[in-house]
Amino acid sequence: MGALEIINFYLVPGLVVGSIYALGAVGITLVFAILRYAHLAHGDLATLGAFLGLGLVTALGISPYLALTAVMALTAVVAVGIDRVFYDYLRERPKIVTVMASLGIALMVRAIVQMVWGVDSQTYTRGIVRPENWFGIRVRDRELITIVAMIVLVVALQLFLQRSKWGKAMRAMSDNPDLALLSGVDNGKVVTITWVIVGGLCAAAGLFLGLNFELKAMMGWSMLLPMFAAAILGGVGRVEGAVLGGLIVGVAEEMSTLFLPTEYKAATAFAILLLMLLVRPTGLLRGKVL
Amino acid sequence: MEWIGFANYAVFMAIFICIYALLSLGLNIQWGFTGLFNAGIAGFFAVGAYTSAVLTSPAADGRLGGFDLPFWVGWIGAMVAAALIAWPIGKICLRFRSDYLAIATIGVAEIIRLVIKSEDWLTNSARGITDIPRPLGDLSYTMSQLAYLGIVMAILLVAYLMVERQIASPWGRMMRAIRDNEDAARAMGKDVPYRRLEAFIFGSALMGLGGALFAHFNRSITPEAIDPMVATFLVWIMLILGGSGNNRGAILGVAVVWIIWSLSEIVTDQFPHEYAVKAKYLRIFLIGLMLQLVLRFRPEGLLPEASGERKPVGKPSD
Repeated sequence: MGALEIINFYLVPGLVVGSIYALGAVGITLVFAILRYAHLAHGDLATLGAFLGLGLVTALGISPYLALTAVMALTAVVAVGIDRVFYDYLRERPKIVTVMASLGIALMVRAIVQMVWGVDSQTYTRGIVRPENWFGIRVRDRELITIVAMIVLVVALQLFLQRSKWGKAMRAMSDNPDLALLSGVDNGKVVTITWVIVGGLCAAAGLFLGLNFELKAMMGWSMLLPMFAAAILGGVGRVEGAVLGGLIVGVAEEMSTLFLPTEYKAATAFAILLLMLLVRPTGLLRGKVL
Repeated sequence: MEWIGFANYAVFMAIFICIYALLSLGLNIQWGFTGLFNAGIAGFFAVGAYTSAVLTSPAADGRLGGFDLPFWVGWIGAMVAAALIAWPIGKICLRFRSDYLAIATIGVAEIIRLVIKSEDWLTNSARGITDIPRPLGDLSYTMSQLAYLGIVMAILLVAYLMVERQIASPWGRMMRAIRDNEDAARAMGKDVPYRRLEAFIFGSALMGLGGALFAHFNRSITPEAIDPMVATFLVWIMLILGGSGNNRGAILGVAVVWIIWSLSEIVTDQFPHEYAVKAKYLRIFLIGLMLQLVLRFRPEGLLPEASGERKPVGKPSD
C-alpha cells in the first residue's frame, strides 16, 4: 500500500473525524477543568445540535453551513438552560452527583430527539459527493470545511481565553477556584459563559458529524468515549491538548482498521484512554488530574 | 381465568424484581458504601449472563461450549467472570476520582456489547445462545415459575444478609470512612485504591450473578435482550430513589421503580402503534426526569442510610 492510499483512506478520514472529536473534547476539557466534573451528556447534546440543524435545514431550506451559527446559539441556550434547571442546584454537593445527573440528562435529551425526529437515520443533503483531487490527495469539500471550521473555532476560543477579561476569569477558575473567587471572579457568570461556549462547540461537533456521516439518535453517545479519550490524552484543561488528542484519536481509530475488524474501531479510543490513565494521567500536554 | 393470568404476571414481575435487586445491591456496595460510579452495569450483567449460558448450555456447533455443566457452576462462573473484568478496570481507574471510573465503565460496557454482537465463536452473535437450562424448569409453567421465584428469592436473601453483615463489619465502617473522607482514611493508613478495588469487584460479581439469573430465567440470551443504557440507568434510579447506602432501600427502590416501569409499559402498549413508539421514549425521558427530581428534592432516597454508630455484628451488646 502506497503513501497516497494511506493518506486517502486513513489519514484524511481520521483527521476529519478527529476534528469533530476535537470540537467535542474541547468542551469536555473545559467542563472538566472549570466546573470539575465529567459531563456525560456531552455526546447527546451534540446529537441535539445536529438535529436542530436538520430542523433548520428542512424548515428554511438553507445549507447546513448557514445553519451552523444559529444551531450553535440555540444549543448554547439549551446548555445554559440545562445547567440552570438541573446542575446548578447540585453545585454544593459532591461533584460526582452532577456526573450522575448528567447521565440522566443524556438519556432525557436523547429521548427528546427520538420523540421529535424519530429513530431512522437521516441526512442533511441527498446524493453522493465526489471528492476533489488535490495532487492525488482526495478530499471532499465538506471534509475540508470541517477541518477549517474546527481550526477557526479553536483559534477564536484561544484568543477569547487569552485576551478577554472573561476568558481570563475562566482560566483562573480552572487553575485555582478558591483564589479566583477571592479575587472577585463572579462564579455564576463564569459557569454561564462556560456553558455558552461548551454548548456551541458541542453543536458544531454534532452538525459536522451529521454532515460527514448521517444523523442518528445514538450518534452523539457513541462519540462520548472518543471525546473523553481525546480530552484526557491531551491533558484535562488544555484546549490545544484536546485538539491534539481529538486528531490523534480520530487517526488512530481509522488506522486501527488496518489490524482490527472494523467493528472494534470504538475500542481504540478506550484503549488510548486506559493507556493514558496507566502511564501518564496528566496527558500529553500536562493537564490536571482530578 | 383472569386471576391466574394476573398471578402469573405478578410472579414474573417478582422474579425480575429479585434479579434487579441483586444489581441494585451490587451497585449499593460500589456507590452507596464506597462512592464508586459504575456506569457500565449492563456490561457486567451481560458478562454474567453469557458466561453462565456458555457453561451450562448443551454442546452446540460453531461456538465455544456449551459445556452442559450444572447451573450452579454457571452462576459461580458468572460471578468470577464479572469480577475478572472489573479487576483491571478498577486497578487502572480507582487511583483517580470516580469520574474516570464512570467514563471507563461506559467504555467497558460498550466493548462488551461489541464483542457480544460480533464474536460468533463465543456468543453466537445476533442469534444468541438458547437452550439454557433453568433449574426445576421441567415442571409445569406456573410451578416452574414459582420454583424459580423461590430460587432467586433465596439467592437475594443470602446476598442481602452477606452484604449487610459485611457492611456492619469493621470493613464496612472503613469503606464509609474512605467514601466520606478519603484523606483522613488515608492518613489512618488505609490503602484507599485497594479497598475501593475490593468493593468494585464484589459489586460487579453480584451484577454478574444477576445476569446469570436473568439468562437462566429466559432460557436464552441475545444481544437485544437488554438495552444497555436503559438497564444501567434503571438500576441507578432504583438505588438513588430507594436510598443509597441502605440495602433495604436498594431493594425497595427496585420494587417501586420496576412496578412503575412495567405498568407504564402496559399503559403505553394500549396506544396506537405510531404513538406507542413515541411513548417508549417518553417513558425514558420521564425516568431521567425522575432521577433529577430525586437528586434535587430527596437525595437521601426513600429509606436513608442509617447514621451514627451501628451495633457491631457478631458481638454481644454490652
